[in-house]
Amino acid sequence: MKEELFISGRDIPFIDPYLNIWHWQIPVYLFLGGLAAGIMFFAGLFTIIGKEKEMETTVKWATFLVPVALVLGLFALFLDLKHQLYFWRLYTTVRLESPMSWGAWTLMFITPLSFIWVATYIKEAIPNWKWKISLVENLEVIATKYRIHMAWAMMMLAIVLGVYTGILLSAFNARPLWNTSILGPLFLVSGLSTGLATIMWMSKSHYERSVLSKIDIALIGVELFLITHLFMGFLASSAVQIEAAQLFLGGEFTASFWVFVVILGLIFPATLEILELRGYKIPVWIPAFLILLGGLAFRFIMVEAGQITRFLY
Amino acid sequence: MRYAMVVDTRKCVGCSDCVVACQTENNVPHGYCRDWIVEVVDGSYPNVEIELRSERCNHCDNSPCVRCCPTGASHIIDGGVVVVTANKCIGCGACIQSCPYDARYSHPEGYVDKCTFCHHRLEKGQHPACVEVCPTKCLYFGDLDDPNSDVSKALRNRKWKTLAPEAGTKPQIYFLT
Ligand code: SF4
Ligand code: SF4
Repeated sequence: MKEELFISGRDIPFIDPYLNIWHWQIPVYLFLGGLAAGIMFFAGLFTIIGKEKEMETTVKWATFLVPVALVLGLFALFLDLKHQLYFWRLYTTVRLESPMSWGAWTLMFITPLSFIWVATYIKEAIPNWKWKISLVENLEVIATKYRIHMAWAMMMLAIVLGVYTGILLSAFNARPLWNTSILGPLFLVSGLSTGLATIMWMSKSHYERSVLSKIDIALIGVELFLITHLFMGFLASSAVQIEAAQLFLGGEFTASFWVFVVILGLIFPATLEILELRGYKIPVWIPAFLILLGGLAFRFIMVEAGQITRFLY
Repeated sequence: MRYAMVVDTRKCVGCSDCVVACQTENNVPHGYCRDWIVEVVDGSYPNVEIELRSERCNHCDNSPCVRCCPTGASHIIDGGVVVVTANKCIGCGACIQSCPYDARYSHPEGYVDKCTFCHHRLEKGQHPACVEVCPTKCLYFGDLDDPNSDVSKALRNRKWKTLAPEAGTKPQIYFLT
């Protein structure tokens, strides 16, 4: 029986006694990335199926948040870097094996795209808006013509971005809690749901809200299914992953995960949405706020808990 | 050429000379270390067994830290030695997350640092500082591709293990048991 394990001569900051090298910046980055992906995906989707009129908030107004979310997210990532002066090195190579690298490149494409998208709608949002430079005026006209192409690109890139927020973690085989391929789809679905919550919160149209909330209820169902799958997978896996699951099944993250993420962040808001569809009057901000909070809590818990899990030796 | 290190856990007394030698040789900042001693106590009195291991980066053949580095700062040089180029490293911490052995740390100056097998010494034909200084001579260093190297001979004659081989990293630090 292995009784005791001492590591002498080691007390390295952020590494010992257990790894804690990623702090609040990474979950915030993953949250904002997922949220932006969610809004972009649905803006693209409803543009492609020709619903700009009925789904105005989805296609137009909510997208104004996307560049803000992406820039803030990138800034959070930047804050996390410990050798910040060399930030530009991210963009001198493409390393497909490294999620961090292709994620940075995806953001490099999707961020300008979101700015252009918003620019094509700015005159509708602010009627007296004038571009000071005529070149920008002309570019806007061109961009507006290609809106449908942009919608396709946005939808595709949004999926890549949403999946990336999960793969960034799942690519690390050294952290058993993260090392599962379900994390990609799970983070994507969760990101889409937080995007929907934001749009619903902003929307004034009853029709639009009911369309979105039907989609959201389905997404939350998928999320619950994936979370169940996640734990089934862990419990049927090797010792290190069983131990990782135990953190949530009696261990130190049990209460925070099940209460804030699963119950308050998924089941309760989904119930409220269902009641709303059935005709009960429920202020939309309540389920929306809970979904956003749950999504944020989910990322904080996953990042924090994952770093504790490790290979035994 | 494939550099590797062999640690004789039966000869190691856990004196930490290797740790100090490395800190001095490589100017490791105070409070940090690139190698360390692990002491495993098995069983209960009076049937106790102790294993002492001098550990460091395993210079893995299948190194996740190199794979996940977004800038190529973590890379592999001659002999399979895994190193970090400080002025390419952005300090994202991905490689630290990816190492099953927690062999890397974030240097106070921001970049990531770890054992280099003292490649600046290897270039001069010397052994790594830890190997040179070990008073019980329990550390062996050499080329696994050469059947007559110290490491090849040690592995031929004794039982050995590597750490967490199930992590799939193909570690290149071997422990004689
Ligand atoms: S021990 Fe860790 S840092 Fe060293 S090569 Fe293996 S994975 Fe990379
Ligand atoms: S911290 Fe540096 S060496 Fe490690 S993955 Fe990031 S850029 Fe590469």
